[in-house]
Amino acid sequence: MSSQAGPRAVVAGHGTFAAALMSAVARISGKAEVFVAVSNEGLDARGVEEAIGKALKQHGASVIFTDLPAGSCTLAARRIARLDSSISIVTGATVAMVLDFALGAGAAEPDLRRAAESGRAAIVVYPASGGAGGN
Amino acid sequence: MAIERFRIDDRLVHGQVVVGWGQPLSLGFIVLVDDVVADNDWERELYRMGTPPEMELFVETVESAAARMAEFELRPDAGMLLTGDIATMDRLTAAVPAIRTITIGGIHHRQGRSACLSYVFLSESEIAELTVIAARGVSIVAQDLPVSNEVPLDDLLRGRTG
Repeated sequence: MSSQAGPRAVVAGHGTFAAALMSAVARISGKAEVFVAVSNEGLDARGVEEAIGKALKQHGASVIFTDLPAGSCTLAARRIARLDSSISIVTGATVAMVLDFALGAGAAEPDLRRAAESGRAAIVVYPASGGAGGN
Repeated sequence: MAIERFRIDDRLVHGQVVVGWGQPLSLGFIVLVDDVVADNDWERELYRMGTPPEMELFVETVESAAARMAEFELRPDAGMLLTGDIATMDRLTAAVPAIRTITIGGIHHRQGRSACLSYVFLSESEIAELTVIAARGVSIVAQDLPVSNEVPLDDLLRGRTG
């Protein structure tokens, strides 16, 4: 198991999504230092790519978590990963997903698949009981 | 139905387009007009993968988009046409006089551009290009999302700072 001090991943998304996700992770686990937040706010496609690329380089991170699979951050991340084969991307980031990643120590594919599965597993629908329950 | 919006957006296909507009307009297709993207297999595939499965994506050059415009307009579903910059929309509106309204959805900050709105920054040359488009009788408004107000070109330029 490899461990790395400082950020292992960039979280990138719309508005304050990434900062909010990091805030939640910090509150729950105290592990906010695992991530660097990047917002696409006010940036064109090239600007988003530059902002994510700069954050990766600055911290030696090799993973990018993004919000929407069709969002500008994901497209930018894919352009970066095309030029740097060491970069991995996970889309559809949620608190459960990045929390799992934060609590682990690695950034390899099994770590990412486990984090993604944690994110999926945390999605539960409790349908309305229609007034039948309650006792 | 037809192409509901002709939009200039420097992010091209992204969240605001596929979700913000895609859902309320029930978009069935997107026409991405960009000569560079159209000529690059990897970029075309990138945008295709970024488009929800319920939407069809056409990646066209200005020339091929103009040639296929009648076909797009005859489709039974609603569509949006995107260009990444004003110059491309200028060429398209010159080639397709039937385009009567265009929307600036997002032109973000770059050196040499001044702020008009939080999502529209324009350089002097881009303002000149917009003026040329408007002189053809094309109505130009800025609107990033359906919930935002439409801002006419004159108001947009009046609000310019810096």
